[in-house]
Amino acid sequence: MLPYILKRIGWMLATLWVIITLTFFLMHSIPGSPFNEERATSEAVQKNLEEYYHLDEPLFIQYVMYLKSVVTFDFGPSIKKSSQSVNEMLGRGFPVSFELGMATLVLAVVSGLLLGVAAALRHNGLIDYIAMTVAVIGISVPNFVLATFLIQQMSVNLGILPVATWASPRHMILPVAALATGPMAIIARLTRSSMLEVLTQDYIRTAKAKGLSPFKIVFKHALKNALLPVVTIVGSLAAAILTGTFVIEKIFAIPGMGKYFVESINQRDYPVIMGTTVFYSLVLIIMLFLVDIAYGLLDPRIKLHQKGER
Amino acid sequence: MAVRKLQETNHSPDIPESWFSPLEKNEGDAEVVSRPSLSYWQDAWHRLMGNKLAMIGLVFLAVLSIMAVIGPMLSPYDVTKQNLLNQNMPPSSAHWFGTDELGRDVFSRTWYGARISLFVGIAAALIDFFIGVVYGGVAGYKGGRTDHAMMRVIEVLYGLPYLLVVILISVVMGPSLATIILALSVTGWIGMARIVRGQVLQLKNYEFVLASKTFGTKTRRIIRKNLLPNTMGPIIVQMTLTVPSAIFAEAFLSFLGLGIQPPFASWGSMASDALPVILSGHWWRLFFPAFFISLTMFSFNVLGDGLQDALDPKLRR
Amino acid sequence: MGKILEVQNLHVSFKTFGGNVQAVRGVSVDLYKGETLAIVGESGCGKSVTFQSVMRLIPEPPGSIDSGSIFYKNKDLSKLSDKQMRKIRGKDISMIFQDPMTALNPTLTVGDQITEGLIEHNSMSKRAACKLAVNMLELVGIPDPDTRLNQYPHQFSGGMRQRIVIAMALVCQPEILIADEPTTALDVTIQAQILELFKEVQEKTGVSIILITHDLGVVAQAADRIAVMYAGKIVETGGRRDIFYSPQHPYTKGLLHSVPRLDLDDQELVPIHGTPPDLFSPPLGCPFAARCNEAMEVCTKIYPYRTQLSDGHHVECWLQDERAKQLQSGRV
Ligand SMILES: Nc1ncnc2c1ncn2[C@@H]1O[C@H](COP(=O)(O)OP(=O)(O)OP(=O)(O)O)[C@@H](O)[C@H]1O
Ligand code: SF4
Ligand SMILES: [Mg+2]
Repeated sequence: MLPYILKRIGWMLATLWVIITLTFFLMHSIPGSPFNEERATSEAVQKNLEEYYHLDEPLFIQYVMYLKSVVTFDFGPSIKKSSQSVNEMLGRGFPVSFELGMATLVLAVVSGLLLGVAAALRHNGLIDYIAMTVAVIGISVPNFVLATFLIQQMSVNLGILPVATWASPRHMILPVAALATGPMAIIARLTRSSMLEVLTQDYIRTAKAKGLSPFKIVFKHALKNALLPVVTIVGSLAAAILTGTFVIEKIFAIPGMGKYFVESINQRDYPVIMGTTVFYSLVLIIMLFLVDIAYGLLDPRIKLHQKGER
Repeated sequence: MAVRKLQETNHSPDIPESWFSPLEKNEGDAEVVSRPSLSYWQDAWHRLMGNKLAMIGLVFLAVLSIMAVIGPMLSPYDVTKQNLLNQNMPPSSAHWFGTDELGRDVFSRTWYGARISLFVGIAAALIDFFIGVVYGGVAGYKGGRTDHAMMRVIEVLYGLPYLLVVILISVVMGPSLATIILALSVTGWIGMARIVRGQVLQLKNYEFVLASKTFGTKTRRIIRKNLLPNTMGPIIVQMTLTVPSAIFAEAFLSFLGLGIQPPFASWGSMASDALPVILSGHWWRLFFPAFFISLTMFSFNVLGDGLQDALDPKLRR
Repeated sequence: MGKILEVQNLHVSFKTFGGNVQAVRGVSVDLYKGETLAIVGESGCGKSVTFQSVMRLIPEPPGSIDSGSIFYKNKDLSKLSDKQMRKIRGKDISMIFQDPMTALNPTLTVGDQITEGLIEHNSMSKRAACKLAVNMLELVGIPDPDTRLNQYPHQFSGGMRQRIVIAMALVCQPEILIADEPTTALDVTIQAQILELFKEVQEKTGVSIILITHDLGVVAQAADRIAVMYAGKIVETGGRRDIFYSPQHPYTKGLLHSVPRLDLDDQELVPIHGTPPDLFSPPLGCPFAARCNEAMEVCTKIYPYRTQLSDGHHVECWLQDERAKQLQSGRV
């Protein structure tokens, strides 16, 4: 297990490095440096920028310095607000976004699994039919459409749920539902097909030949194997949820990181865009890593041949 | 049934004596019943036709494509033409889908948006296909070290958060249709490259096995007629499923203000513009773009699923 | 010795995309206590389907047992509910499936998979079950069973996995063991060891074994009685001597001539030409007619009845009919 983890961490760092480098050079390729005076709103900001980005040094030195500060978790200043650093924004926005993202992920995984297993066990039955209809709709309707629709129905027409902001658990219902539907649908479909596939495997027949009950066959023999392909996509779903928070936070006026990120995009606040991107990537890569570890725990074969293939 | 009855009674003597004389010596194989053998594609097509949902998707897509071409022409109003006397009008006989806050015709704008969405989706799928085929093909064909190195690169790129990279590129290059397509292609080809590589490896394996057994000139024919179609299946499915995700990405970017810029319309930007007025009950502003984007995604998704089933060699009989 | 299993006129079919596959078309076969009955026949003739039906393990749908009965201890297994059947599976009748590489669940330990049957049927504690499992692994010749119990299938070789599968099937001390090509995937030395193991276990526990195989060498080595299957029917049944030294059905003869034998010196190898009939629309008469050198007109029209040749040796072939015998002797 340990060499496997170390190897994974190696790949994580490589990916992270690619992202940082890509972000840095992309930002610097914007015609007329995005970090120069004309864009800065005040002298104080300009000073911060120069100090952080070492603008008087050659590009390569700037790059090395930037790498260094990122490694020490310093994501630099904002152009627009002199008093604010990216770190402060993250400190304020991240907890909210994290709450939204985690609630969504948990809801999506749990309900997706339940739906998928139920559909597979009632293959071609009514439950299967309903679950797959729900899933195909969930995949087809973009989250921002669903969010707006939910606001219109639940808040405007029926008035049973608050329209916006992040004040209480009741406020969480609509944004989480809007954000979770797509990933839930994907998980439900994948679980179903994976479960159906597993149920045709020889070892399931072996289990039946032992006289085990259907319950044991499904939950002891089939489920764990059926979960393997599902686990591999949780990482990319986390990415989808994370980017989904941008629009959801915008729509519901939730004071999370995504809202700051979208604002910084609209105001072309490049240092914030850059810092946030790197931070987001870090979060995602850690998610992918955790997913990999979970996979290794679920599948005993992984310890021996530690292929990166999925 | 008839057979079983005979079996019980066939001790009976009323079988003609002549039936017991030996038949002409036969060479076996006489019993080969020829069922009509369909080619791979015919077979797949038949099965796709049998899939109602996929067929519905296909019909929707046909209609959407036609409307994307002729829709804006059906309406007397230009996509960008403002009419400040006609702001936020609900659907009527003059404006079938209503108007927006600048009095622009939502019907025209919706079909213009269809053009954008379908164009982005198909362009992204084609670019992914070309890059993926070249990259995956080279990796699979060369094998060995080259393959190893190329796959490591993919592994690193795989960790990149797709939409984040797309956002970054859009920010850097400034919003335009070309930017969107380019941004989508930067990471989009990875899935395709993996699939192509896998299929090439499989083909190489077949070729190797067949060649080593010296089956003669038929070998190439077998590869072309049986194996190549089988390997094309997953690639086609991947392309079909790339389209809706590209369409979603475009809408998403436009929704964030990074996509199609006003006065032109895309389904994402129309939905985004509708957001502030949703509270005032102007439902048509959201409904039409939202409905058609969902319908398009639905159609491509069910068609992709249908193709996946139809092209799966495992399910062939 | 008494009959322990009696299959009568079993019909099994599968509904598929291309039509109805009549995989088993009226199989009758008996199994006696403590014997080893071998089932031989070409690939696709319905051997596996027949005995998966006995276990009621064919996938339904697309499969279905259309008619016939399967008597075990005065119970017709084909009529039991799934719940009643579960009490018999693994406890009274066990089955080993064709491929040892895929028969074990990759995500559960071997010990878990061996003991779960015991825990299910005998309501044993985990600990007691583990003890029995260790004994069982020892019996099938797995060294160091205590540590091996906690390992996963991928940590074993193919031959060892097959032994584990056998241990799993035997751990509840079933009365009948159905082994579907238990040695096909293994190399010859391991194959011999496994057959030896069967014999040993049989002597110890008195289990009756049904051994499904293509391999006449295996049959010669392990079987007491042999049933020859062709196109969903049993065409000849007899003791080992009957089948090897006086085969009556042309198909049985063909099978014997198509494999090299050590006991015959100047033997000519003759493969059977042609392919078995399509089970979507099996022929009306004898299914072997198209490949049979002795076929008569009647063979293509009516399926032959069963003729008893001696105690326990019967055959389904028109050549046994008096009229055919007369005509042939008349011609000579
Ligand atoms: N699930 C299924 N669906 C459709 N047809 C099936 C199914 N299972 C078996 N059959 C058909 O039933 C027939 C008998 O198959 P079976 O597996 O019993 O053959 P077998 O004698 O065991 O052959 P082998 O020696 O290759 O194992 C075959 O023609 C096969 O195609
Ligand atoms: S019944 Fe006729 S065709 Fe069939 S095996 Fe006997 S002789 Fe040959
Ligand atoms: Mg078989």
